[in-house]
Amino acid sequence: MVTVKIPMPLRSFTDGAAEITVEAETVGGVVLAIGERFPGSKTRLLHPNGKLRSFLGFYLNDEDIRNLEGDLTPVKEGDVVSIVPAIAGGSPAEARRSASSVPLSVLPNLPEETLDRDELRRYSRHLLLPEVGLAGQKKLRRSKVLLVGAGGLGSPAALYLAAAGVGEIGLVDFDEVDLSNLQRQILYSARDLGRPKLEAARERLEALNPGVRVVPYLTPLSAENALDVLRPYDVVVDGTDNFPTRYLVNDACVLLGKPNVYGSIYRFEGQASVFDATKGPCYRCLFPEPPPADLVPSCAEAGVLGVLPGLIGLIQATETVKILLGVGEPLVGRLLLYDALAMRFRELKLRKNPECVICSTRPTQTGLIDYPAFCGVPAIAAETDGQGLPEITPEALRDELAGADPPTLLDVRDPNEWDIVHLPNARLIPRAQLPGRLNEITSARRIVVYCRTGGRSSQATRLLLDLGFSNVRNLRGGITAWAEKVDPSLPTY
Amino acid sequence: MRPVQVPSPLVEAIRRHAREAYPEECCGFLLARADALPIDAPRLIRAIRRAANASEGERRRRFVIPAEELRSTERELEGTEQVVVGFYHSHPDYPARPSQFDQENAWPWYSYLVLSVTAAGTAALAAFELDADNATFREVPLVTPSADELDPTESLRGPGAR
Repeated sequence: MVTVKIPMPLRSFTDGAAEITVEAETVGGVVLAIGERFPGSKTRLLHPNGKLRSFLGFYLNDEDIRNLEGDLTPVKEGDVVSIVPAIAGGSPAEARRSASSVPLSVLPNLPEETLDRDELRRYSRHLLLPEVGLAGQKKLRRSKVLLVGAGGLGSPAALYLAAAGVGEIGLVDFDEVDLSNLQRQILYSARDLGRPKLEAARERLEALNPGVRVVPYLTPLSAENALDVLRPYDVVVDGTDNFPTRYLVNDACVLLGKPNVYGSIYRFEGQASVFDATKGPCYRCLFPEPPPADLVPSCAEAGVLGVLPGLIGLIQATETVKILLGVGEPLVGRLLLYDALAMRFRELKLRKNPECVICSTRPTQTGLIDYPAFCGVPAIAAETDGQGLPEITPEALRDELAGADPPTLLDVRDPNEWDIVHLPNARLIPRAQLPGRLNEITSARRIVVYCRTGGRSSQATRLLLDLGFSNVRNLRGGITAWAEKVDPSLPTY
Repeated sequence: MRPVQVPSPLVEAIRRHAREAYPEECCGFLLARADALPIDAPRLIRAIRRAANASEGERRRRFVIPAEELRSTERELEGTEQVVVGFYHSHPDYPARPSQFDQENAWPWYSYLVLSVTAAGTAALAAFELDADNATFREVPLVTPSADELDPTESLRGPGAR
């Protein structure tokens, strides 16, 4: 019998035994006997070719067997064979730049990168998941996510991404907190009313997790600034409420090769997907052209169930975290549809469009374009002037209404909006019903069309002019502007 | 997963070794108390010991501590309270992430510390251990308490030294 001394690292294979005894005639035979008795140890002791591993030292009674006869060294009763591992390691050659020419900043995990005591505790439920673990948590801390829009979708996404420990969260938004936001935009509180959203958001996120860097971009995203704003980020989360920005975000992500985590909401329904043109379709593969602007009212015009963006925003946050960690199956090439009333999820397969103008192999668009024009958006303020659309300001309308021959007021909003507030003596014909109810309007009279902020009414004005009505004007800024400038007693919504 | 505690004076000693060896890799032993071993708890490193990088090839991206050197170190430690529980090495101009080569050559049970170093100085330090499945080299929590933060009975100076 030969005694074999087992080193610490191999004791897990020998049920913790520091010494075992085997029957063998040579050192090689000793190793084979160990391998047979403890099958798990075999690959650690032997190469697949059956030779002893070069990173193990074998000693017979303190003599290195390489100085004897190698694995053929004979052993006899009472001998002691010791196994000692050699230790080796190194760094990959291919990733190396020439020594000393590498600035510190190019090394990805600088500076000192270990989770401190508080972080270990804060993220302990993540660390317990093998799919996240310490390496994953540090990945999250190194990650940068840009949220375009800090509203209904951006609020829950930002809160959970900050809680999860994403290192940097960029926020693009230029709105101020309005009372009508609080029904769904859970980043904000009643005490934030009137503050810039990003100021309030930053405060809230940093209070939740001081380890997160919040970078505010208090500006509308535009073709001029989009590439610069998006470039530093790993993932872009699209929480926009309008088509021009959605196409802009999509195109910029395609051009920069970044994943675009998309979500959208409308009344009781939501959609989500991950548009990553390097792996699947982009938003334009799904919708090459925007729908006619007047067919798609925004949430401000159509309303939205307050809890809906919570759900869709968190689907976006979930996909973002998965992408950052590199785990699971991302929502690439799939469009998730959610119906809150039926409480049903459906999934559509999306394919990359081989003719896609921006993400196909032969793109016809290689830069950013004029997105408001592309989407045919009726501008909310002065833009209609440029198209020669006749307008009237609230103040001028007030004067005309007080005169001898007041114009007819046409309200093109929905009945539920009418119930909230409307102008005296106005007539309600919702925008969508207008073409079928023209007989209710007298073309001989002067007409002023209004809606909430001027978007739908400019469409209606255009329609009436095209149909031959000669004296039609659009109320600039809608009933919201009227309430601000003429009658502050009216509610706004 | 066995977290590693490396008191800050020892971290500094490892950093010094890495700077001196740059642009080559440095390597060495991590020593802990033998009586603390069976516990699956944070490993408190009580001393380090430098090793010569015996790699015959490219010492800028490889290190080897031959079995003889481990054996002779273990011999020396016999009769003391200390044992080898792991190894440190540096990654010149490369992050403190294990390479494929590190993983292929890792042994179970030991703790591995990897330190990133460039001409400008040392940077990230991280700890790894081979998983129970012997296939994954997994990062483990690394705590670097100052000497004052340590439990006096576990301090570097040993029980009763304060």
